[in-house]
Amino acid sequence: MLNIRLLMCSLIYPLAAAAALTVSSIASAADAPPGASSCTGCHPARAGVSTPVPRLNGRDAAEMTTAMTEFRTGKRPATVMDRIAKGFTDDETKAIAAYFAAQKD
Amino acid sequence: MTKTKGIARRLTRRDVMKSAAAAAVLLPMPALAQGAAGRVVVIGGGFAGASCARALKALDARINVTLVEASRTFTACPFSNLVIAGMRELTAQQFGYDKVAASGVTMAFSSASGVDPQAKSVTLADGNRLAYDRLVLAPGIDIRWDGLPGYDEAAANVMPHAWKAGEQTTLLRRQLESMEDGGLVVISAPANPFRCPPGPYERASLMAYYLKTKKPKSKLIVLDAKDAFSKQRLFQNAWKELYPNLEWVSLSSGGKVTSVEPSSKTVVTDFSRHQAAVANIIPPQKAARVADLAQVADRSGWCPVDAMTFESKQQPNIHVIGDAAIMGAMPKSAFSANAQAKVCAAAVAKLLAGEKPVEPRLINTCYSVLAPDYGITVAGAYRPKDGVLVDAEGGGVSPIDAPASTRAAEARYADGWFNTITAEVFG
Repeated sequence: MLNIRLLMCSLIYPLAAAAALTVSSIASAADAPPGASSCTGCHPARAGVSTPVPRLNGRDAAEMTTAMTEFRTGKRPATVMDRIAKGFTDDETKAIAAYFAAQKD
Repeated sequence: MTKTKGIARRLTRRDVMKSAAAAAVLLPMPALAQGAAGRVVVIGGGFAGASCARALKALDARINVTLVEASRTFTACPFSNLVIAGMRELTAQQFGYDKVAASGVTMAFSSASGVDPQAKSVTLADGNRLAYDRLVLAPGIDIRWDGLPGYDEAAANVMPHAWKAGEQTTLLRRQLESMEDGGLVVISAPANPFRCPPGPYERASLMAYYLKTKKPKSKLIVLDAKDAFSKQRLFQNAWKELYPNLEWVSLSSGGKVTSVEPSSKTVVTDFSRHQAAVANIIPPQKAARVADLAQVADRSGWCPVDAMTFESKQQPNIHVIGDAAIMGAMPKSAFSANAQAKVCAAAVAKLLAGEKPVEPRLINTCYSVLAPDYGITVAGAYRPKDGVLVDAEGGGVSPIDAPASTRAAEARYADGWFNTITAEVFG
């Protein structure tokens, strides 16, 4: 029983990420991909916070993935994101982008 | 016992077989996975503890989470250097726990007086006893009152450390404000590791800013027990440009403070004595006392933890996060504390459900403000390797040669970061 649950957990997430599903119930906080929980230290999880840093919730996954790639290569100017983006692989970045795309207010 | 036997006698053979079959299925899984999601006690209501408590409730509302915190008001350390320099009020640093409680966390406004890792229970100073399935310690730091000759709790009233925000912050500010122009300000910076690695240098910068604008004949000396520090070139370049009256004395130049004399506010090194008008002694530190009660601190005074789950390497079922913990390359910052708290919460939720925690990735970003429009950062990502967190690719500090607009942007982002993280933890 436990094994089946584990197997399902490990299968569901990559599928959700690949399909960039927009159903927030699937991308529950429990299954946030590695790294995602750190992002809200600067990118507000909730609306109404006074900061020049944009929120990530509900943004287009492909747009966020492109931004991270361009931060990493230096194509897009940044203050800290150039340094942080280099710490994540393409797959990790895509999973995080899909997760935030699926978060709706 | 007798009662159970009585019930067993009344069961039919079929009932017994049914429950035996059920037990065979259920036994390999922790009992917790079946009904109630488990009890978690979190000790310490700072960036680490309050974040973890709320994250646990957000992950699984059925988890019974109690947050133990002695103070009803939290006073944040990040940005408290601005308070010392008169650029911000202490009230802007202060937060209550109403929203934490509203998110389903049970607040226990008391302190832990005992931890029994075998019985899995915490005793509080108010006499209550809390049983736990998982305990999360987020106690922050204590000053090592035996770490610097002459520096005890009475001395801290004369030569404040201001390394725990609150009364000490206000005291240091008042001393700076009442000092005559032309006075000598001394900051003593400790050896590694300690809370907020760039903190002493941000403080030096902002105190120098205050002196430059209000008391320009004054001088500031940083006496350091190290030869290198966080964002060093960025700080030193800024000092050269902005604060010619700030002098940094490294360990190898005789900067290590060996004792203090509170009666005359004298700071002593192997080579010299500095009689200060204002002396800010940032002393050696260790994990706060509850770490000793729970037997999770090692001989260094800090708490080694597993890089996947933040579970103590010394006590099972006890996790340590934030400044008290050591797990490799991640610095002791509020950002780290918050990031670790969320990873720890996810791991604890998985463990309570009898599932395997996911290998985490973490980020840290530390802002330092050197003047109202001058900010710098160190940022990086971390991943587990061989039981500790190591630097991922990338990471590093702000560019050494950057225009004023970049420094101004980072000062604005610093402000935004404070608003964001405090909203997530306390808002």
